Amino acid sequence: MKSLRFLAARLGWAFLTILFVVTLNFFIFRVLPGDPARAGLRDPRLTREAVEAIRVRFGLDKPVINCVQALNPFEAGDCLVNPLDTQFFIYFGNLLRGELGISYHTNRPVADHLGQMLWNTVLLIGAGQVLAILLGVALGVLAAWKSRTRIDVGALLFSLLAWSLPTFWLGIILLFWGSSRFGLPIGGKLTPGLPFVSQAAMLKDLGRHLLLPTLTYTIVFLGEYMLIMRSTLLDILSEDFILTAKAKGLRTFQILKDHALRNAMLPMVTLIALNLGFTVAGAIQIETVFSWPGLGGAVFNAVGQRDYPMLQGAFLLLAVSVILANLAADLLYSLLDPRVRVD
Amino acid sequence: MTSPLLDVRDLSVDFHLPGRPPGHAVSRVGFTLQPGEAMGLVGESGCGKTTLSLALLRLLPPQGRIVSGSVKFNGRELLALSEPEMANVRWKDISMIFQGAMNALNPVASIGAQISEAVRRHYSFMTPVEARTRTAELLDMVGIGAARAGQYPHQYSGGMRQRAMIAMALACSPQIVIADEPTTALDVMIQAQILDLLDRLRRELGLAVIFVTHDLGVVAELCDKVLVMYAGVTAEYAGVDEIYNQPRHPYTQELLKAFPDLSRPRAALNSIPGYPPRIDALPPGCRFAPRCPAVFDRCHIDQPALHALTPEHLAACHLVESES
Ligand SMILES: Nc1ncnc2c1ncn2[C@@H]1O[C@H](COP(=O)(O)OP(=O)(O)OP(=O)(O)O)[C@@H](O)[C@H]1O
Ligand code: SF4
Ligand SMILES: [Mg+2]
Repeated sequence: MKSLRFLAARLGWAFLTILFVVTLNFFIFRVLPGDPARAGLRDPRLTREAVEAIRVRFGLDKPVINCVQALNPFEAGDCLVNPLDTQFFIYFGNLLRGELGISYHTNRPVADHLGQMLWNTVLLIGAGQVLAILLGVALGVLAAWKSRTRIDVGALLFSLLAWSLPTFWLGIILLFWGSSRFGLPIGGKLTPGLPFVSQAAMLKDLGRHLLLPTLTYTIVFLGEYMLIMRSTLLDILSEDFILTAKAKGLRTFQILKDHALRNAMLPMVTLIALNLGFTVAGAIQIETVFSWPGLGGAVFNAVGQRDYPMLQGAFLLLAVSVILANLAADLLYSLLDPRVRVD
Repeated sequence: MTSPLLDVRDLSVDFHLPGRPPGHAVSRVGFTLQPGEAMGLVGESGCGKTTLSLALLRLLPPQGRIVSGSVKFNGRELLALSEPEMANVRWKDISMIFQGAMNALNPVASIGAQISEAVRRHYSFMTPVEARTRTAELLDMVGIGAARAGQYPHQYSGGMRQRAMIAMALACSPQIVIADEPTTALDVMIQAQILDLLDRLRRELGLAVIFVTHDLGVVAELCDKVLVMYAGVTAEYAGVDEIYNQPRHPYTQELLKAFPDLSRPRAALNSIPGYPPRIDALPPGCRFAPRCPAVFDRCHIDQPALHALTPEHLAACHLVESES
């Protein structure tokens, strides 16, 4: 009963946050100067009619909301149009139908683009995060258990180094090394023009493309996980309840697993959820270096092309995924820590 | 005389901290414990009570090292056991109730799980259901009620946590329980309840108990004999009547003076002026000399040996030695 209410409260908050983000996302892009007809397409050969046609095509001729023409203080609007015929409500309505507008650059629906790229990014980030978490936690546990030995110092140095490497620099070095030394592909997701005889051949090609970006990603994030895990675990290993566990005659492995790690996972869950937000920044650099067709690369390109609908869609997607990651962390946290459950 | 259940001799523990001389936290302490006997371990804060207790179970932190001595349980030398053998002795033969039950319990595991974990560790023949039954039995025994086994430490009051800790300590029917200040941080009413419970269970189960405490009143009520420690050494070791009626060591006498009314619990002990010495900068002679009201020249030069007034009454003081 209590935990149901907890769940409902968390879901409610997540929903409200998403609503807020959706609204903010709309206005941010209306406040930014220029629409494609004015700034995006600065081609002097465009006639006035053509510009107008483009504005109609993208729905930019409609008022932003009632009484506001273009969020421009010098352009007063015609008050009291049909509220359903304003950009804001059209945007909302379209969103509900899963439509994110049309890319200024490719003239194709943004949702189609993003859908594809999202999966590419999820593949890259997913593989990288899972590896970074597993390796980082394992290394952190090892270092904490063998604290103040050579193993600990070695793991510590490696992690500090990995953490402080600039992402794009590491990416370029690995790209150079991997492609020249091992003949790994230098970019993209699949070798273009290669006829795949089987599903397995395609997966193999995908794996070869995924290897270097995933490795970069793993190294960049592993250091932080290891350092946090190590210091959290060191704190916990000096707690009294660990002494109790030893006094009970429990074996080392059981003490680590049932007592130390269960407590140490609490800060880790928070860190992972927060990282999923920062992840995107890392993904932008890695996807750009490796020409990986993902969200990060898309954001990078869309900025250059002033492709506002594309950016707006990507921002929305990223914001929603961060909110969902936080929701998942909250729920997981309450499963792991009985003190969080309201009772 | 039957051979004792626990026979501790000349036990010494040093703490090694980087950049400091070694700290002699426990020096050549010895005592025996018969089955079912209760011993009080008293002394000011920092005199080495917890260190001695942990050393018996070989649970000292990495900086602490047992440098000499012998700990025999039922004639078996515990200091010579391998680590896995020692792990089998812990909790099965000797268990411990820790100072401060809040931190001694894992906050993210249920009380029941923490108790049955100990049961299953040492009674590996038990099925999970049997272990749960045993856990319920233990919780009933300390007056918690099996229904609360699924709850977590933060859902328990301070007194309940200490009861749960007691239930846990009894999980594998040990022969010795070390209770390290089991009632600190509890209010007076709850303290009395917990001590009554411990005393009742001790008599019912025939346990030998080491009560570590500041409280001489507790010792008078619950214990058969007393080991008074000062700055890591034995000051006086005798039956409870001798300690209260004929204390021979000036430190014991001062402790009792600072504690005139035995029925009044928890008076401050530091009404003896001054402080105990640092364990890494001990005075060359008697460790109590800087604070002793009866101090004389020899005390600053010679360390007093532990002198037997009777076979059951030992004291380490030059005065005692010269008298007899
Ligand atoms: N982990 C440690 N590292 C260094 N010194 C320690 C450590 N633990 C204890 N000591 C030192 O050993 C001495 C004995 O400490 P101990 O905790 O055994 O005293 P105690 O009699 O249990 O005191 P209290 O009544 O406050 O619990 C103290 O001087 C203390 O500073
Ligand atoms: S030996 Fe001296 S200083 Fe020590 S307790 Fe006896 S009289 Fe006091
Ligand atoms: Mg202590």
